[in-house]
Amino acid sequence: MKSGSTLERILTAGHFAFTGELGPPRGANIEAIHKKAAPLKGMVDAVNITDNQTAVVRMSSWAASMFAIAEGLEPNYQMVCRDRNRLAMQGDILGASAHGIRNMLCLSGDHMQFGDHPQSKGVFDIDSIQLIQMVKKMRDEGQFLNGQEIDVPPKIFIGAAANPFAEPFEWRIYRLAKKIQAGADFIQTQCVFNMEKMREWIHRANDMGLTEKVYILAGVTPMKSLGMARYMKTKVPGMDVPDHIIDRLKGVEKTKQADEGIKIACEQIAEFKEMKGIAGVHLMPIEWEHKVPEIAERAHMLPRPQV
Amino acid sequence: MIVAERKPFDEIKQLIKGYKRVLTVGCGTCVAVCLAGGEKEVGVLNAELKLGQKTEANQATFGEATVQRQCDVEFLDEIQHMVGGYDAILSMACGAGIQFMAERYPDIPVLPGVNTVFIGVNKDVGWYEERCKACGNCALGVTGGICPVTMCAKSLFNGPCGGTNQQSCEINSDQPCAWHMIYTRLARQGRLDNIMQIFPANDWRNQRPQTLVQPGYEERKAAAK
Repeated sequence: MKSGSTLERILTAGHFAFTGELGPPRGANIEAIHKKAAPLKGMVDAVNITDNQTAVVRMSSWAASMFAIAEGLEPNYQMVCRDRNRLAMQGDILGASAHGIRNMLCLSGDHMQFGDHPQSKGVFDIDSIQLIQMVKKMRDEGQFLNGQEIDVPPKIFIGAAANPFAEPFEWRIYRLAKKIQAGADFIQTQCVFNMEKMREWIHRANDMGLTEKVYILAGVTPMKSLGMARYMKTKVPGMDVPDHIIDRLKGVEKTKQADEGIKIACEQIAEFKEMKGIAGVHLMPIEWEHKVPEIAERAHMLPRPQV
Repeated sequence: MIVAERKPFDEIKQLIKGYKRVLTVGCGTCVAVCLAGGEKEVGVLNAELKLGQKTEANQATFGEATVQRQCDVEFLDEIQHMVGGYDAILSMACGAGIQFMAERYPDIPVLPGVNTVFIGVNKDVGWYEERCKACGNCALGVTGGICPVTMCAKSLFNGPCGGTNQQSCEINSDQPCAWHMIYTRLARQGRLDNIMQIFPANDWRNQRPQTLVQPGYEERKAAAK
């Protein structure tokens, strides 16, 4: 075991993993974490704790990860390259590991321009692939990025993101390969709506033998409404929402669109369970944490295996 | 070249407030080419400043001069005979030139008339684009002549990020994605192998003040101390 995390144990035992997400509050509001955590308990194997997502200040991801542990959830501690340099990152990784945080997701981070402090200086001392490499070096070689020895190395199951859709599509698979080469143990993909492209991407990953080297969790986001689907299609960079999803939501009454969105998500999950090369699903309901039990139930993801 | 833009008029007015005799000094190289701080722009600014104080009781006088390069001490020497007659210098050079002017004439305040914005290229008359951040570790040989540090909004060495958006950067649909360009250029040249390997973490040499002495000039520098 590289880290001994539940997520690692679930995946190595060959179970179909199921992870969720919890965005920390915009304040020192512990009650807000408690509220968001409650519906996730027992429903997912690990919970991504976002790091100043969309470049908006929130409680730090390691602190919120600690609260998640106290709530009985296993955190997947997210870290972006935007806000800290290699010194701060390595310090936080050591602290996180010492506190029992065992999963980490290494990301570039949304540009500051999108957030609530667009005037800020982006750090980007290292990029997400270099971050993966750094965590692996810390864990497996017991060395800092500069080669100096670490007094008790961190134990972290290393995660990375992948976008199977962005252009140039041919390059996507090589970028996945680079993340695996850097040391990623598991991948969580961008929200998948375009299943056709996803099938092709995973087919290529299988062909290149990549899925034997890494666990890939497909990202699923249920659409809450037609408006949300349209927004995701036109306003969110990197999203690929095919017209048939829009049409399907258009085809039902407004009051039933949320239910239709969950139905689409469950159909996706059912397909992912059968898809060669997919090891689990990462569920990202946007401000819809309370729907996770219903989705988990309807997608037949319960009960979660005990490992 | 170094590209600059003139500071807003009100800000310049605020900077020189209280000084009776101001010498506006242009620079005849980069900032002249990019139409921000050359001889012509010095004339325009001084005309505006004179006009702008017509109604004010406290009248100041404005002198002007333009040197070939404010980043070269021999050209700064050229205005020595004038400097004594002024109580402030308004430099229209880039940040390097302004500082060198301040270093050459340390007894009077040297104020900036422009904002230095980037090292860039001349796309067309009056149209400039950034191309270099002077990071001190040029990767252009590997990245198809497209700089990941400058042209990627996150300075990624192993891009593109998840925000790449139909050939554009997530920050702006008018800004091309650097890594899309790098991929396309390298694919065209049959050099994709260049980016298959992971770029290691960069050595950010531009995080400390740099001094460069070209080979053969070390003794000259030592003698100057």
